[in-house]
Amino acid sequence: MKIRTFSYDQLDTFVHRLSGLSKLVCFLLLTTAIMLTYDIRIILAIMVLSYIMMMISKIRYSQIKVMLIYVFAFLAFNFILTYVFAPEYGVKIYGTRHQLFSFGGPYTVTLEQLFYQVTKFSKYLSVIPLGIIFILTTNPSEFASALNGVGISYKICTSLSLTLRYFPDVADDYNSISLAQQARGLEMSKKAKMMDRLKRIAGILIPLIMTTMDRIDIISNAMDLRGFGKHKKRTWYAKKPLKRNDYISMAVCLAVLIISLYIRFAVNHSIYYNPFQ
Amino acid sequence: MKEPIITFTDFSFQYFEQSEPTLHHIDLTIRRGEKILIAGPSGSGKSTLGNCINGLIPFAHKGKITGSLNVDGIETKKSSLFELSMKVGTVLQDSDGQFIGLSVGEDIAFALENDLVPQKEMKERVKRISAIVGMSDQIGQNPHNLSGGQKQRVSLAGVMVDDVDILLFDEPLANLDPKTGKVAIELIDDIAKEDKTVIIIEHRLEDVLHRPVDRIILMNDGKIVADGTPDEVLASGILRDYGIREPLYLTAARYAGSEITADLHPASLETFDVSGIRHDLQKWYDDHYNRVPQPQKKEMLKIEDISFSYSGVKPTLNHISAVIHEGEMVSIVGKNGAGKTTLSSVICGFIKPDDGKITMYGEDLSPYSISERAEYVGIVMQNPNQMISKTMIYDEVALGLTIRNLPEEEVRQKVYDVLKICGLYEFRSWPISALSFGQKKRVTIASILVLNPKVLILDEPTAGQDYHHYSEIMEFLKKLNENGQTIILITHDMHLMLEYTERAIVISDAEKLADQKAFEVLCDPVLTEKANLKETSLFELAQKAGIEDPLGFVECFIHYDREVRAHEN
Repeated sequence: MKIRTFSYDQLDTFVHRLSGLSKLVCFLLLTTAIMLTYDIRIILAIMVLSYIMMMISKIRYSQIKVMLIYVFAFLAFNFILTYVFAPEYGVKIYGTRHQLFSFGGPYTVTLEQLFYQVTKFSKYLSVIPLGIIFILTTNPSEFASALNGVGISYKICTSLSLTLRYFPDVADDYNSISLAQQARGLEMSKKAKMMDRLKRIAGILIPLIMTTMDRIDIISNAMDLRGFGKHKKRTWYAKKPLKRNDYISMAVCLAVLIISLYIRFAVNHSIYYNPFQ
Repeated sequence: MKEPIITFTDFSFQYFEQSEPTLHHIDLTIRRGEKILIAGPSGSGKSTLGNCINGLIPFAHKGKITGSLNVDGIETKKSSLFELSMKVGTVLQDSDGQFIGLSVGEDIAFALENDLVPQKEMKERVKRISAIVGMSDQIGQNPHNLSGGQKQRVSLAGVMVDDVDILLFDEPLANLDPKTGKVAIELIDDIAKEDKTVIIIEHRLEDVLHRPVDRIILMNDGKIVADGTPDEVLASGILRDYGIREPLYLTAARYAGSEITADLHPASLETFDVSGIRHDLQKWYDDHYNRVPQPQKKEMLKIEDISFSYSGVKPTLNHISAVIHEGEMVSIVGKNGAGKTTLSSVICGFIKPDDGKITMYGEDLSPYSISERAEYVGIVMQNPNQMISKTMIYDEVALGLTIRNLPEEEVRQKVYDVLKICGLYEFRSWPISALSFGQKKRVTIASILVLNPKVLILDEPTAGQDYHHYSEIMEFLKKLNENGQTIILITHDMHLMLEYTERAIVISDAEKLADQKAFEVLCDPVLTEKANLKETSLFELAQKAGIEDPLGFVECFIHYDREVRAHEN
């Protein structure tokens, strides 16, 4: 019944035990590595690493199903548009031309273009699991303490963690409001047309905003009354101290970044890896 | 006498956004270690008074203060919210909404985190406080997964961790069932004995007086209208004049014509001296008792052997059967999580039962989608904000009809008719935001009634309402019922089931425990215990006064009381 997508799951795995700070640092290091390279070998290596991590952290397919559907729809769309707007970009980058076949006009398919687009596609595919792991294995409060640890204002950190925390509650509200509307005769099951359903989902937003505002009002009073914002700093009950595994993980991720930079500057002498020469 | 800890001197307050002051010239002294009950109808200013003490006024809710308020040596308007939070701990009414931490321990520690207490010391203090409130074993749990009573303990620990001297409870009983409320009052009483000053803001007087308080302060229209010991205030009979429900045993004694004085110690049934009024009660009972036979009504909605489980392992509903008759007003009662809301979800088709079916006049409802069932069953949710999706009253009520593509003229006619029934006709072109809570509730009821459902289900229709608004909503429902509308009420309000419904279906731990007259349920100690209810004090009064048939006495009271109300309204 309940929508529990996108919420933190309390498990005891290697990834869950890492501190939020080191997970954040690892996430940033690996994402940077991916952003700074178009070398498919590095990208694939990081992708394999992130899928292994996903297995270790016991993330179930049902938790991320909805999100994956949106992501794949977006990526497919992106893949097509990239081709439509710049069908010769691969040729331009790699400097050679191996034509496979043609759609007519300027739209030919070259090995270079295909290679370029596959590389780009894999970049997204290796970043996304990293993000999923980070969100699903980090306790929001601990995440806030981690962000605060890297110098971000604790007020921003706390509001971020409250947002993450209240997301499931708001989803529940959405559900009950939707049921109440249906009980008044607004058909939202498959018996209604797609457009009507969309319009009616929009009709849920007003009550949803109202109830969410009520929530915010209560929680901000409760926080004020318990001294939130008293000092420039605060301490964290949920903060985890860094342990050996945290340092090892961060070192590994830093090494990945350094290797990728080394390959870029010393081996490839370019952001691209060129198998065609 | 101990020294004053809170002193209001000619204190007035006006919110900037309002044209009239909310508090007028308050003079009030509360002494260290006192336990005070502040009562008053909604809008009397009792919560505003509390917010002045804890500093939300004027630091979070802005307004103009005249006169002086001194809290433990501090003039509040010159202080700050933070300084006051070290003196006054506040437990807000909605314990679900006020949890900040993801675990019990983290929530308790919130005030310490803000005060820069190092993690190691923080963990120790959390451990100590959670032991005091009896939550040591739950430190790692998510507060949302706790029972109502445990949640109260966590909120209490969260304010006690600062070692405050003054504890302020803003309507602590609002969302609790009667038994949990009783335990909460006992917990507050135990804490009060640790030399704390305790202020309870609440309109459920009889429930608070389960444990003694030192003084009752009664507020109305921003002024203090009574300030005295519970015995004095209760004997004076002033509560009814200001729309506060007095304990039922006192109402019964007054109906019997007994004179109540402070010497009889009416503050609680335990101390109440009934020897002098025994004769009055017996005589009144003999004069008024006559059993009215109930006419047999036609069967309408049948719940046939319904089973349901969320997890697939533990049943939420276990082979429940019940019959609702045409024109009945029935209550479904039971503690939170017992399955009563799940049962209503099954009736409305929100969830499909694993087993069993719902029929209406013999017709199986299972093939219908939720919206198609709207013609058979209408449901009104607890919080009107969860239902209202339009800005104007007319549009909101018309919504269910317009999407059915009815001709405009017919829609208008139906909406006007319903608005007249609901007493909202003169407001038809108003924006909903201008209405009071009770009026909003009526708009949501109207928006369901307009679809003409055969059965109307209401989930906790009067939750959090004071006596005046409670009566307003319930008398309205009673009128609907008298016009032939079949109504099911889901509730844990004992007054509601006793005063307005003939029959109660009791659900506890997925099973149907009882299906009998509402007053019989509330006179049965085993049933009330299992369903998290409380025995009604009427029954105890009758026993204490030695009336032969206490059950008959309760029944007699209910019928008499209904007539009195019918005349009042």
